[in-house]
Amino acid sequence: MLDHPKEAVPGARYLAPGHSFGSISDKISGIITGRTPFSWFIGFLIGFSILQVLLVAIAYLLFKGTGIWGVNNPVGWGFAIINFVWWIGIGHAGTLISAILMLFRQHWRTSINRAAEAMTVFAVACAAIFPIFHTGRPWLAAYWLMPYPNTMGLWPNFRSPLIWDVFAVSTYATISIVFWYLGLIPDLATMRDRAKSPLAARLYGIFALGWRGSAIHWQRYEMASLLMAGLSTPLVLSVHTVVSFDFAVSVIPGWHATIFPPYFVAGAIYAGFAMVLTLMIPMRAIYGLHDFITERHIDNMAKVTLATGLIVFYGYCMEAFFGWYSANQFEQFMITNRMQGPYAPYYWALIFCNGVVPQLLWSKKVRTSVLPLFAVCMAVNVGMWLERFVIVVTSLHRDFLPSSWGMYYPTIWDWSTFIGTMGLFLTLFYLFIRVLPMISIFEIRTLTPAAHAKGDAHHE
Amino acid sequence: MSEPVLAPGLHGLMAEFNDATELVRAAKAAHAAGYRQMDAYTAAPVHGLAEALGHDDRRVQKFTFTGGVLGFCAGLGLCYWASVIEYPMNIGGRPLNSWVAFSIPTYELTILFGGLATTFGMLALCGFPQPYHPVFNVEAFRKTASSTGFFLCIEAADPHFDQASTRAFLEGLHPKAINEVNA
Repeated sequence: MLDHPKEAVPGARYLAPGHSFGSISDKISGIITGRTPFSWFIGFLIGFSILQVLLVAIAYLLFKGTGIWGVNNPVGWGFAIINFVWWIGIGHAGTLISAILMLFRQHWRTSINRAAEAMTVFAVACAAIFPIFHTGRPWLAAYWLMPYPNTMGLWPNFRSPLIWDVFAVSTYATISIVFWYLGLIPDLATMRDRAKSPLAARLYGIFALGWRGSAIHWQRYEMASLLMAGLSTPLVLSVHTVVSFDFAVSVIPGWHATIFPPYFVAGAIYAGFAMVLTLMIPMRAIYGLHDFITERHIDNMAKVTLATGLIVFYGYCMEAFFGWYSANQFEQFMITNRMQGPYAPYYWALIFCNGVVPQLLWSKKVRTSVLPLFAVCMAVNVGMWLERFVIVVTSLHRDFLPSSWGMYYPTIWDWSTFIGTMGLFLTLFYLFIRVLPMISIFEIRTLTPAAHAKGDAHHE
Repeated sequence: MSEPVLAPGLHGLMAEFNDATELVRAAKAAHAAGYRQMDAYTAAPVHGLAEALGHDDRRVQKFTFTGGVLGFCAGLGLCYWASVIEYPMNIGGRPLNSWVAFSIPTYELTILFGGLATTFGMLALCGFPQPYHPVFNVEAFRKTASSTGFFLCIEAADPHFDQASTRAFLEGLHPKAINEVNA
């Protein structure tokens, strides 16, 4: 994945040959200015219909309260946190692609970063639904969560991981949106100059802020992008670390583990890359983007999925090992109960989805043929949800005292809120590919020879 | 925002080139000829172009640093002030100044302020949002600057600028076209 020493233009092998500034601009902006494929309407309609389920579920929740959910004693944490962690984890791949791969000068990120960052922003929006609405009365959440001077003189407890989470996730959402917008500015200028309707030209023009491609601006712009990548890298690592602290700082067997932060971060990137592939494979086929999202991109993404998947599987092994090695009867019972108790089918399904299925990615044939790869990614998406379900529910449902043991059954409202957020995600994603360039046009241009001055040393 | 122009004037002369190689060569030649008030326009970042024009702006970094320091102070100050001064409460016997726990909100706010300062600082340095700029008066620029064009504009504000001799200089660089830019 490193630069080829003989390559005249860095990263040129991640673009099909024969492309120029003009053909790249035409192809990507043409997705928006041209005819909308029929499948877009079908997909949008499905997403938008599912979104209505979310609205109904939230309206009923606000009307009745959180009693409509399946949480109980002892399982006080249920779908809300499972789905929050699942969604926020998915977002992490977008930041990894846009920030960490940028710092490492991985040119293959250029054609996938825009859509992956959009995925991050929308996934964080879906994730935010759960902590906000699990309070039952979100209009009061302001003084429970945010530090602002109120007439009661109350302040949040800054020693609580849940408050750390508020800071981490709100910073992550803000920085992700700002970084995404920053990357969009030059492309919005392209859209401003190419839009067919005057209204669209005007709207793109407002958001392009008057960008004109000045060399001085590009110099500042590239520095700002690099600094944003440098700030986003520690941020993304901290976000899932802090999410894992929600569990690890407690004293519940199965949660109180020092391996949680790295294991959660790896799991987040793993889930995120699987979701990026889940979105990119159909998108590439529908819009014919094989020139920009090449077999090499798909192969690289599958390799990252495999590598992070192995770290996650190592995490499962360590959880089991420390359950035994701790010589603590509650830890030992927790892991035995996880493997053999009432939720054992979920645990073994998780091991199958996240431990066994990704091993197929060792084969280059699987990594480069889209249908098997898509199937593996769907297994990972399911597996990562099961992981959070198993961690949350099996650690809680058999409390320290057998007299307080119980079971967790999600209700129809739990399910409709969860499935509804998928509708929100799909709706936002379909709108994104309809109105914004789904591939960064200006960054793809840098992969062509025209963007590089010959006879000059590259500042790479 | 543009300055109000009383009489229609000339913003500068704009030459169009085929690719980055020609444009960087032209920018270097113009800089060597003594021109300083000029700018080049491309649809993708071209490494070495701003340097060829004699620009080296390192102020964005300063915004990031200042934002980060302010965020750090704001984060730690908030946690300390709220937990030690304004609302001291013994929670599980932990020290009022639990700086280890406070480091996490502090860390997040450092990044938040640093990132916002970087982005908005960069936009402010570039003068955005900018609804009007004279270069858009050139039709070729409007049509191609954001996709295929490579432009060099020597501005009339430059002390060396003279409509006839600057045009002759630009013609010597063999551009595709030369346009007058109305202010």
